[in-house]
Amino acid sequence: MGDEVILLDFWRSIFGMRVRIALAEKGVKYEYKEEDLGNKSPLLLEMNPIHKKIPVLIHNGKPICESLIIVQYIDEVWNSKSALLPSDPYERAQARFWADYIDKKVYDAGRKVWPRKGDEMEASKKEFIEVYKVLEEELGDKPYFGGETFGYVDLALIPFYCWFYAYGTIGNVSLEAECPKLIAWAKRCMQKESVAKSLPDQRKIYGYVLEMKKKRFGSE
Amino acid sequence: MGDEVKLFGMWASAFSRRVELALKLKGIQYEYIEEDLSNKSDLLLKNNPVHKKVPVLVHNGNSIAESLVILEYIDETWKVNPILPQDPYARAMARFWGRFIDEKVIGTLHRAIIFEGKEQEENIKEVHKELKLLENEVKGKDFFGGDTIGYVDIVAQVVAFWVELLQEIGGLELLTKDKFSFLYEWIGKLQNIEAVNECRPPREKHLEYIRALVENAKSGSK
Repeated sequence: MGDEVILLDFWRSIFGMRVRIALAEKGVKYEYKEEDLGNKSPLLLEMNPIHKKIPVLIHNGKPICESLIIVQYIDEVWNSKSALLPSDPYERAQARFWADYIDKKVYDAGRKVWPRKGDEMEASKKEFIEVYKVLEEELGDKPYFGGETFGYVDLALIPFYCWFYAYGTIGNVSLEAECPKLIAWAKRCMQKESVAKSLPDQRKIYGYVLEMKKKRFGSE
Repeated sequence: MGDEVKLFGMWASAFSRRVELALKLKGIQYEYIEEDLSNKSDLLLKNNPVHKKVPVLVHNGNSIAESLVILEYIDETWKVNPILPQDPYARAMARFWGRFIDEKVIGTLHRAIIFEGKEQEENIKEVHKELKLLENEVKGKDFFGGDTIGYVDIVAQVVAFWVELLQEIGGLELLTKDKFSFLYEWIGKLQNIEAVNECRPPREKHLEYIRALVENAKSGSK
């Protein structure tokens, strides 16, 4: 069909992972370009001059930025299979609401669990659990957030799963006890090829966090 | 058709007003419920238990929260006078600018008015940078949406009408005609639209309200 699709991304980026999953779900062939965030390529700076961030999807030369905007774009353009958003407007609104919640709450909560000086640690860990408990409740007994099939909210959240091992070991905070349904959901999502091949191994993330911790505090 | 539409809002909230604007542009009848944010109603808390904020739209008993989510819901449910474009790329761009305003511009404006001294200078420079991007986006068009007002215009209502109040309160130069002639023109065109005027908070009351908020925030910040 002559579609040219390029993804500017970074292996560790949760936001990039979302786009990888969406492209895989739709079976879109694309060229993956790994960015060095310390030395951003001229292409990235040209395609996302305002934010200078990944992921950026370049479709036939036109850039789309911001992971959830990219995912909605992918859903609308490659609309013949694997719908990511539901068709009913109210259900779509719910999906957008929860993806927005994930963006507003989950990312920051995760960043705060790494050990640092001072004793705000207990409060940060509590907040982390609370944020996920809201999602645990929303998921309920459904196999996926969208119901029977994997969709937009699942895609928005699952990339955080590759950080769970690091959260558990270095961050000392685990969701196993408080959010068993979420853990089961995550494992269910990981069985999907589109997800499994889009997420880095949890140990690789753990290794990265360990390295960061050493740099910040020296070996402890 | 028996549609029941309720909007929980707050008169001075830009997020609430943008939902009202979308409803009015589409000619949708709705019941408006004014919330006292210092004493939120049980109904509001029931309809938005996660964030407990306004605006919340309740359509035939179903509640939708978060203004940008509500705007898309309104557009998908009531097809008259569409506010988002049809083309997926144009839609992505509209969503991009909506997020830019909500995630960058509003925060920068807030910091420009709350802080003083060097920090304020930096934030004002940032405001100008961001307004310049918006200026370039509306250049050559009547509205961000093109010939007619659309999603980005509705979201940018906060830029059109809230900024000049901040300018007056802080004695700042944020969005001036000489620096931002296209945005200035765009604001003029917005003011010719009846629905837009119906959705503007009364100016004097609004000015005093924001002035009080700013003073509170300044005395609260270290």
